[in-house]
This record gives sequence, C-alpha cells and structure tokens, in this order.
Amino acid sequence: MPPSEHELRLRERLSRLRSVPLLGGAKLSGELQRLQRQLDRLGEEPTGDDIWRSVELARHPDRPYTLDYVERLLEDWFELHGDRARADDAAMIAGIGKFDGRTVVLVGQQKGRDIHQRTERRFGMSNPEGYAKAMRVMELADRHGFPVISLVDTPGAYPGVNAEQHGQGAAIAQSQAVMARLTVPTVTCVIGEGGSGGAIAIALADRVLMQEHAIYSVISPEGCAMILWRDAGEAKKAAAAFKPDAAHCLELGVIDGIVPEPQGGAHVNYKEAARLLGDSIREALDELADVPGEELRRLRRAKFRSLGVFA
Amino acid sequence: MAKIDVSIETDDKPAPPPKHPNTCPSCHSHYRDDELERALWVCAQCGHHFAMRARARIASLVDDGSFSEEAADLHSEDPLGFFDLRPYTERLAEAEMSTGLADAMIIGQGAIERRGCELAVMDFAFMGGSMGSVVGEKFSRACDSAIERGVPLVTVTASGGARMQEGILSLMQLPKTIAAVEDLRDARQAMISVMAHPTTGGVLASFATLGDVLLAEPGALMSFAGPRVVQELTREKLPDDFGRAEQNLRFGQIDAIVPRPQIRATVARLLRLFDAPV
Repeated sequence: MPPSEHELRLRERLSRLRSVPLLGGAKLSGELQRLQRQLDRLGEEPTGDDIWRSVELARHPDRPYTLDYVERLLEDWFELHGDRARADDAAMIAGIGKFDGRTVVLVGQQKGRDIHQRTERRFGMSNPEGYAKAMRVMELADRHGFPVISLVDTPGAYPGVNAEQHGQGAAIAQSQAVMARLTVPTVTCVIGEGGSGGAIAIALADRVLMQEHAIYSVISPEGCAMILWRDAGEAKKAAAAFKPDAAHCLELGVIDGIVPEPQGGAHVNYKEAARLLGDSIREALDELADVPGEELRRLRRAKFRSLGVFA
Repeated sequence: MAKIDVSIETDDKPAPPPKHPNTCPSCHSHYRDDELERALWVCAQCGHHFAMRARARIASLVDDGSFSEEAADLHSEDPLGFFDLRPYTERLAEAEMSTGLADAMIIGQGAIERRGCELAVMDFAFMGGSMGSVVGEKFSRACDSAIERGVPLVTVTASGGARMQEGILSLMQLPKTIAAVEDLRDARQAMISVMAHPTTGGVLASFATLGDVLLAEPGALMSFAGPRVVQELTREKLPDDFGRAEQNLRFGQIDAIVPRPQIRATVARLLRLFDAPV
C-alpha cells in the first residue's frame, strides 16, 4: 500500500526535526524515536466520521476524569485548595502526590459525575480563581523542584459575568506565562476535551500528550458551526473541518505524542487507561529529568514559538 | 421588472437598512471622510470611537516618517484545507484585497516623541482582527526586534480572538505570543498595551493583557467570552457596560482609559518613565 498523504506529512515532520539544531544531543534521539513509533502506529488519516467518534468519546459521560487518574496514578495524594485571594474553584483541582516514588504537582480540570457535582464543578469550566489556584501551585512546584503534571479536560473557561469581571482573559494569559517561566519538567495530557483558552491555560508544557480519543481545539464544534455555518446542528461538519483529533494535532506539531486508550475508549477500562497514561507520563518525565531548568525553559519557549504555518 | 416578494419563504425579519460607516452608531451624527480622519475617527458630538485602521493608527502614534515596517510579506497558509461555506483561501484573498494588508497585524520600528520603540498594531478590518499563524509570528518577531534593538514594545489590539479557520494552530498562537512576551520580560524591555474596541477572546487571553501597562480606549469591549455567549449561558441580564473598558477599569483589570487623541502623548510619557538611566 502506498503511504497516505497523512503519513508523508508526518515523515516530513520527522525529517525536519532531524535537522532542528535546538534539540541537540541525546534528547533529539528520544524525540525521533517517539515520532517514529507514532508513525508506525498510525494508519490512515482519520475521516470525518473518525473525528466525530473522538468528539463523542472525549465527552462520554463515563470517561475517566482527572481525579480518576489521580486515584490510580498517584500515591499519598494531598489536594490543595483555594487561590489565597478569593475562592476555591472546584472546576480546577491541584495537589501534590507521589508518582513513581517522586513528589509531583498535579493540576487539572475536574468534571462532575452527577447533577450536584456537575453544578459545583461547572462541567470543568474554570473561573479566574481556578487558574489562580493552578498558578500558585505550579509556582510552589518550581520553588521545590517538583515536576508538574497537568491533565486537561474542559469544554472551555467559564463564560460568566463574574468570571469576566474578575479577569478571565488575563488569568488565562498569566497562567500560561507562569508555565513559560517554570524551571521544572512539565508534562500535559489532554484526557478529554481540550477546549480553547480554558485548556491552553494549563498546557504550555515541555511535553504535550493527548489520549487517542481526546480532542483539542480552538472552539467547540457547536460554537464553530454556529459562527461559520450559523447552525449549531452542523457541528459534525465543523469538527471535520477544524480537525480536533489527536492524529491531526500530532501532524501539526501541536502535541508530542498520542497516549493509547483501551479498545473501545478510556471509559471501558479505567485501570488500563490509567496504566497507559502513566506509562506515557513516566516516559516523558524520564526524558526531561536530566535537562537543566534554564534549558528546559528555553526549549519550552522555543517549541511554542515555532508553532504556526505561514509563508 | 416588477419586484417579487419572497419574504414568505423565510422566517428572517427583513434586514435593517445598512448604516453608513460614517454615521455615529451612538448619536447618529454623520461625518465626511475628511472630518472623521482629522478627528482620528472619534465622534465630535458624543466621543464615540469609530474603528481605526492599522496604518492610520501607526501614523497617529509615531513621529512623521519614523516608521519602517517589518515582516510585511508574511502570508497565511491554509494548514487544514479549511472550508466552511467558503474556502479559507478565498476569505484570505478577499480580506487582502479589501484591506491592502497581508494579515491582521502590522509590525515595525518607529519613534514616538523621538524615543525609539517597536510597534505591533492590529487591524480589525482584516477578518475581524483574528489571530492566526501570521499574527502570532509577527508579534513574536516584534518582541525579538525590540529585544535586539533594546527598545520597548507598544501594541495596539483590535481583535475578535483566534482565527477559527486555522483550527488548533490558532490556539497555539496564545502560548507562542506569551513565550515571546516572556523573552521580552527577561530582556527587561517594557511593553505598553493599548486595547481598542474590541479586544476579546484569544488576544485578550494572551499578549494583550501581559503589558507592563494596560491602556484601553473608551467603550472598548474587552471580554474573554462574548456578551451573547455569557447571556445565553447565564440567562441573566448583563450589566450595561458588561466587558467594556469602563467595567474593566472599575474591577482593576486595566490601568487607565485614554481617549484616542491623547494616546500618543500618554504612550510617550510612559516611554519616558520606563526609559530610566541604566
């Protein structure tokens, strides 16, 4: 079978990466190996139907949420609360725990399981106070040299009157700025919905991963359909057009790797999904472990500053 | 030929007659082009700030003849082969034709009251000032240029947010521009951010709110989510000045509201203050 166009583009990215001087040395070979493996795993370019299936799986009501992974991946988890100024946002969780015997900081959006929880956690949509909490805990990690793991699962930042009055836009900007300054290893995984500014606020990391059926996008399929087609019912068409699936994000260089899910999706087997996620995070942290802090920061900024397609 | 009434075929109300772009939406005063231009597109009757094009904005800010544009030839590509009701490439070509710009931001070197600075100025007329790869790259280069020449950066934003047609890559322009601002900060160069109407979504949630000093024009909408989205979700009546510069000032989100005719002098003053002897 001749290689698909998708595969060819991935190969092109691989060859471009081989000539990137900024990665240099041992780290480069790790990067290359990972890409090569991704390439081997990928088959055809996802179709519109495949993409929509990921949209549905990413939002599946039984999909494991951040705390489900915390429970299975971290030992001695101690959740930290509040932004030290105004509130404790239940849509954003933060805390410290042991991952493979080392202390790490974990931040992430948390959705609710039942009506009560969903309301309290606002479906994983943070207020500025949630980002403030994430920022203070990431800064704590920086002071103590703890790696930061962030798990992204949000339809977006909360669009509320108070949220706007308390500086939602600035909070999202500042949270990214904090991440651009960290001198500790940082790994992000999009585990469900990676919705727009609400997601990127905690995703400016050294390694950005996505679960196989997660989505990562600048706007929800419904929002995009509403604006460009003037009909939210065209969401499937919109998703096929802006391609929020993991394979396309990898191809565009937006993420560094895809975390496999159990057959049928992460909700089918929490334990297996957590094991696979843990393996990927471990691999990423191991790669970053020996890189000096200043160098981590420099490479992280260089990576994000290289994103975009123009002529 | 007789006009055929087709209104029964649609539920839409007939569109209101288009307002003339030179008619003030707030007090309905009407101006000739040259009157508006002389007044920097501010209504002489009620102070409403009309939209201002990027080139006119730059001319209103810098010393005569001091501006030299950089990266003018950067063009958007179509990484996703994006097609909604029309192809993205067609929208781009049309925007380029109607605005005479290659994308929604102009960057370059200039001087304001004889102090050198780097400028990054957005133009809402180019696809709603949306931020895609080109805007991100230009802003990023403006930061580098400011660092290289040891001058502050002055930004003027007018944007509806990220450019949907570039999908996830447009979202990536948020961390990209923020990483550039962080490099600027490490080099200890100042950034003055002027927010014009509207500065919303991804531009508000990235470099625009990271200036050392945040200024806004009167009445400028500066919200992350649009008023309609918030209204639909919360079902509350929104405050009259929801998301406007005035509300942002009251809630401590910006440093000052500056009417357009005073922006040049204000920025010049700030540049003087930041230019402390080493």
